[in-house]
Amino acid sequence: MSNRLSLGQAFIFLLRRDLLLALRNRAEYAMPLLFFVLVITMFPLALGALPELLARIAPGIIWVAALLAAMLSLDSIFRSDFDDGSLEQILLSAHPIAILVLAKVSAHWLVTGLPLLIVAPLLAEMLGMSAQAQPTLLLTILIGTPILSLIGAIGVALTVGLRKGGIILSLLVLPLYVPVLIFASSAIDNAAMGFDVSAQIYMLLAFLLLSVSLSPWATAAALRMSAS
Amino acid sequence: MLVVEGPNGCGKTSLLRILTGLRLADSGEILWRGQPIDRLAGDYYEQVNYVGHHDGVKYELSCLENLRLARAMGVPSPLDLDDVLEQVNLYAYGDSEVGSLSAGQKRRLALARLLATDSLLWILDEPFTSLDKASMEMFAGLFEQHLQRDGVIVVTSHHDISLPTRDLQRLNLGAQA
Amino acid sequence: MFLWFHKLGSPPHFYRIAGKWIPWLTWIFLILVAAGLYGGLILAPPDYQQGESYRIIFVHVPSAWMSMFIYVTMAFCAVVIIVWRMKLAEVVLISSAPIGASFTFLALVTGSLWGKPMWGTYWVWDARLTSELILLFLYLGVIGLHNAIEDKRVAARAVAILALVGVVNIPIIHYSVEWWHSLHQGASLTKFDKPSMPPSMYIPILIMALAFQFYYALTLFHKCRVELLQRERNSKWVKEL
Repeated sequence: MSNRLSLGQAFIFLLRRDLLLALRNRAEYAMPLLFFVLVITMFPLALGALPELLARIAPGIIWVAALLAAMLSLDSIFRSDFDDGSLEQILLSAHPIAILVLAKVSAHWLVTGLPLLIVAPLLAEMLGMSAQAQPTLLLTILIGTPILSLIGAIGVALTVGLRKGGIILSLLVLPLYVPVLIFASSAIDNAAMGFDVSAQIYMLLAFLLLSVSLSPWATAAALRMSAS
Repeated sequence: MLVVEGPNGCGKTSLLRILTGLRLADSGEILWRGQPIDRLAGDYYEQVNYVGHHDGVKYELSCLENLRLARAMGVPSPLDLDDVLEQVNLYAYGDSEVGSLSAGQKRRLALARLLATDSLLWILDEPFTSLDKASMEMFAGLFEQHLQRDGVIVVTSHHDISLPTRDLQRLNLGAQA
Repeated sequence: MFLWFHKLGSPPHFYRIAGKWIPWLTWIFLILVAAGLYGGLILAPPDYQQGESYRIIFVHVPSAWMSMFIYVTMAFCAVVIIVWRMKLAEVVLISSAPIGASFTFLALVTGSLWGKPMWGTYWVWDARLTSELILLFLYLGVIGLHNAIEDKRVAARAVAILALVGVVNIPIIHYSVEWWHSLHQGASLTKFDKPSMPPSMYIPILIMALAFQFYYALTLFHKCRVELLQRERNSKWVKEL
């Protein structure tokens, strides 16, 4: 009966709106990326710059830094919408909230996850990672970081109403990141040694599919809880 | 039109939020045309417009961008967005960032959502906060028009303004407390 | 059945029933724990490889089981909370979390104490210990989130969502860690080979596991009663007590 927008249009509209907001708050969204680079810089300084040591631990360092950077950026998915009441408007939308949540998480990934792809090769080179491991590194970041955003969104949705949500957010989210960390860094390790990595990549893809299909529903439920 | 009245803290806002489904009722359920709202979900929400304590507008976006988003989330009304801004006296600010507007202007933009989207039930929590006398009367006029179109308004307000008298009901929550 | 469920779900009714059951549960627990310890520490023969030190499994294994059982119980409560919004399930979920965390902690401590004679250090990154450690973090997350939210009914819903997310993730985390372990450690010492365990060893383990179940029920009832009194302190039935 109504002439409301199709779900796809609403999805794209919300995605574009979040990208536009990110563009207007560039400085804020650049912070996690800067943090990612900074954390990685600390490791050679702490452990000594032995080339073989750095090459050995590079996959682990890059992925731990990616987890921490993702943690740092998570709050921005819902925080400002919660503070200014836009979140209520989204929850009262005529469209299914889980799909709108997916739009917001996609936007978040595009501005925080995707840039890691650009700086990661640079850092990999600085840590002396072998050239044959680098395509795998990019592939794990491409598949792995959306999972971080999707799982993280549940955590933020649960804690966005709290005044001191930050510390509890890491307690909720980091344990859930363990499988991604394990499979991503082991894929890169294997690639560096010249082994097959398809098993790890398929596992990461499976995690991605699972989190795309389940996490928006949990996030939507958690947002309703936080808004009440 | 239903005006919810009562002293601070008597549960006016809670009642309104329960009506929108944002908050769960401790017991009982909310029916819209005989059906519980949590089952209707989207079909209920496309007929509801809610303006709460927070304006729900993004400071980094312009007035027009904000209204376009509101339209995308609900059901767009046939009105042109420029006309909507004209009606709430924000026409000159269409492309300015909301962050640079005054509190009263932001409030008018939030209320402009009522015109930008097509909905039957308006749920308004203190809609007149930080509005001047002229704006209040302007919105009172808009409420009147909405009621003439068989719309429904549930409102809380401390402001003593000349609300339309058609079908006006008052609910005083303070009486029980 | 549903009626019974509904009746048990009403706080005053549960409060009374739980109060009646607690002494019985206490006795059953004491008897079982005495039997289990006697069987485990005295009747069971020493292990031909590990000597007497293996006897810590009579505490370690049941508490590791309990740590998982309680999380699953919490997830079950979470479903009840989300679907039926039953108050009693909220109370049970919240009261279970610290008990589950304690069992997890106990499993970790006994595991590392056992590790000292076995491996020569208190901590190795063994697959079971590592996933038990992550389970402990999950429990602490539940407790932390519940403490952080002031409105306890809202908190219960938040924790219910978290528990469900957790229960979907636990198997994934567990198998990831196991896979990670097999990849990095190669053939390390496994603690015990299950098939070779004689009945004189596994029967005491089962008795201890049963005793722990009763202990869980017992503490759960105590905690639920306290929690109910606190939540419903303004209601009529509490004032009449």
